[in-house]
Amino acid sequence: MPKLEKGILLGFYFVQFLTGLSDASALFLVACGLSLIFGVLRIVNLAHGSFYMVGAYLAYYLIANFPQGAFFFWAGILLAALTVGTIGIVIETLLLRRLYYAPELFILFATFGIVLIFQDLSRWFFGAEDILGQQAPGLAGSIDIMGVLLPQYDVVLIVIAPLILVGLWFFLYRTRWGILVRAATEDREMSDALGVNQSRLFTGVFFLGSCLAGLGGAIQLPKGGANLLMDLNIIAAAFVVVVVGGMGSIPGAYLAAVIIGELSAFGVLIFPQSTLVLMFLLMAVVLVMRPHGLLGNAEPEVQGAAKMSTATLKPASKKLKLLGLALLILLFMMPVFVGSFGLVLMTEIALFALASMSLYFIMGPGGMVSFGHAAFFGGGAYAAALTVHYMQTPMELAILLAPLLVGLVALIIGWFCVRLSGVYLAMLTLACAQICWSIVFQWGKFTGGDDGILGIWPSAWASDKTVFYYLTLILCIGGIMALRHFIFAPFGYTLRACRDSSLRVDSIGINRHRHQWFAFTLAGTFAGFAGGIYVFSKGNVFPDVMAIPRSFDFLFMILLGGIETLFGPIAGSAAFTWLHDQIARIDYWQLILGCIFILLVIAFPDGIAGSIHTRLGRYFED
Amino acid sequence: MAIILKVQNLHKAFGGLRAVVDVSFQLEAGQLMAMIGPNGAGKSTCFNLINGQLNPDQGSIFIMGQKVNGEKPRDVWKLGVGRTFQITSTFPSMTVLENVQMSLLSHNRRTKSLLTNVSRLYVAEAMALIDLVGIADQAHRSCGVLAYGDLKRVELAVALANQPKLLLMDEPTAGMGPAERQGLMKLTESIVHTREMGVLFTEHDMKVVFDYANRVIVLNRGKMIAAGPPDEVQKNNEVKKIYLGTASS
Repeated sequence: MPKLEKGILLGFYFVQFLTGLSDASALFLVACGLSLIFGVLRIVNLAHGSFYMVGAYLAYYLIANFPQGAFFFWAGILLAALTVGTIGIVIETLLLRRLYYAPELFILFATFGIVLIFQDLSRWFFGAEDILGQQAPGLAGSIDIMGVLLPQYDVVLIVIAPLILVGLWFFLYRTRWGILVRAATEDREMSDALGVNQSRLFTGVFFLGSCLAGLGGAIQLPKGGANLLMDLNIIAAAFVVVVVGGMGSIPGAYLAAVIIGELSAFGVLIFPQSTLVLMFLLMAVVLVMRPHGLLGNAEPEVQGAAKMSTATLKPASKKLKLLGLALLILLFMMPVFVGSFGLVLMTEIALFALASMSLYFIMGPGGMVSFGHAAFFGGGAYAAALTVHYMQTPMELAILLAPLLVGLVALIIGWFCVRLSGVYLAMLTLACAQICWSIVFQWGKFTGGDDGILGIWPSAWASDKTVFYYLTLILCIGGIMALRHFIFAPFGYTLRACRDSSLRVDSIGINRHRHQWFAFTLAGTFAGFAGGIYVFSKGNVFPDVMAIPRSFDFLFMILLGGIETLFGPIAGSAAFTWLHDQIARIDYWQLILGCIFILLVIAFPDGIAGSIHTRLGRYFED
Repeated sequence: MAIILKVQNLHKAFGGLRAVVDVSFQLEAGQLMAMIGPNGAGKSTCFNLINGQLNPDQGSIFIMGQKVNGEKPRDVWKLGVGRTFQITSTFPSMTVLENVQMSLLSHNRRTKSLLTNVSRLYVAEAMALIDLVGIADQAHRSCGVLAYGDLKRVELAVALANQPKLLLMDEPTAGMGPAERQGLMKLTESIVHTREMGVLFTEHDMKVVFDYANRVIVLNRGKMIAAGPPDEVQKNNEVKKIYLGTASS
């Protein structure tokens, strides 16, 4: 910072403070929409970030096509918000309404399908280039505060958020409709029993929430523009706001958004590489001091995850074991049947199977749904790549170091995550993963940023595709068998016990947090192990490997294969990797994948493997 | 007789509601003590205070002579306290045998073991406990599908796994038929005598209370209004007025 006079320095800090406040506005709008929708519909709407992005793009498009002038500028912004709200109505009535009675995870998948679809649609309509937003007419100048300039538009942003906060409060506490919303938030069944029209209420709330997200995207346009990364960036930040502010608390959301805005505004001065690290630290401090967020109430004991799987786990029957053995022999014979291209695909399947098995370990027996498992898989890939790149570590050592380094990261992240449960835990994992991704993405000097790290090849003895396939196969089967063994060991049983009844484990002397923390770390370590091998099979690594869509790939593999069986994650990985390979060569494949997600969820609300299991399961019993 | 549980001047308030007011009593080995009172009398709060789920505002709790105020339930368990719940709490994804094995695994501090296999651990001990509570034929059924009365027995077996000195049973016979109630209480009575432990239980069925309890405590609006042998309590005028009014006429 250049030397400034005392007066100017004070002004500089004050303007920095105001900038933080204006940054908080859009974040607050998105987070409170998310909170409202979750409160009433019990849906964590992952597409909320997409609504925000679409709001920004639409506003740009509308303003560009409208006549000049202040009236049309604001009309464009308002119209963008209302259009996003209308898109919300369409999605709610056509898709989500069918899924209210499906398992929570399936609804999440449907909303993630929407994220993918909007990704590609936005790229299609508006192009992949970042867009610079138009300036607001009459507000393009700056005002002088103690000798430092603040853009006039920032003042608008600073004012809008508190206005919306007051407006929402008035709506929720002073209108009939607001009372119905609060009643449904507190007790949905009771409000239903009292004759409140649920579907109209749900649609209304979804419209309002979507509007707020669209408005958030539109109003930040003159300041931040529009780009294709903003959907997942804002959703991760909004999750942090919700966790920090307290779920369901709208004033809490504002408070948290302001804190995060200020943290970024001042954090840039201290730690310009990544202000997101500060966000993580903030979350850490808040979770330690107030586990339910700054203004949140104690969350009711959520046993939702337990609903996912209450079937007892049985060791494989003799028939299944024989089938497994046959499959194993087939896998080892594979190089005879398929060419080198097929082998590369098979290698990938094996690695994804191990990674999704490690996710299954905490999700199935552990009941902890993670939306950020790719952070560990990708973390392993980066750990191996970085040790090779900077220290010329041989492959053998890098593959061993990767899981250890990632295990350490999982140990830190897990400590916070196990303090929460259910969707809150899932949100926190997503936020942590997005932060890991941003560090890799932003810290270009060390990690290569967007350009990745190239030239990470296996040792000479393993460079042949067939040899590498065998190496991967043996390591992955070893890893999967180890995880399977843990599930039947006392530790795995204890984990399931913690999932089934926290009251009971507590009263038989078991420390639930400690076991879940250990499981989280273990799962991260195994994912890191898979990632470490993965980087050598590819020869390079890019930030995509730890991005949110990859985390959802792993989740999808498990859902595809079925949460009830240990074999599920393996079958799911094979099916998904093959499918992905088939469509990845098509333009706009995310659009197709998103549609497949949604169709599968609608077609098999009980789970895909679940339906196969009920039909064919009896043939494999002893 | 050894004093197993000693409660002194216990207080607990939730906001303005005084749930437990100045409650004191002690429980000796070999005793079955019933805690009765109308709904909202403070029975469950008392249980949760002793068990460690709640922290008392005032007063102290000693288990086997050790002060346990502010200890977590899992640490209270380690002192030798077993608990069954008013609404049963078992592991529905496990069989009866596995539920009891879980408790034994915790008792033997094996819950972090990654390399052994549960199917070979403490099976005989667990089967003995399951046999003791009389549901050996159900051992391999999942707790998710068991009848309510049997779940209560599973909870008893789970609670007995760490050889407790004190058993806290919150409405042990709720949801059972009359014959089944008698059976479970007879079983509890015999276990108390053979194992030299103390039992504190709450119960709404007065027949069960007066047939099996050695001592009865009556709570009303958080206060202890009577304590003593069952026949004495039964004759207490205040108890009659507030609680047993019509029943003893």
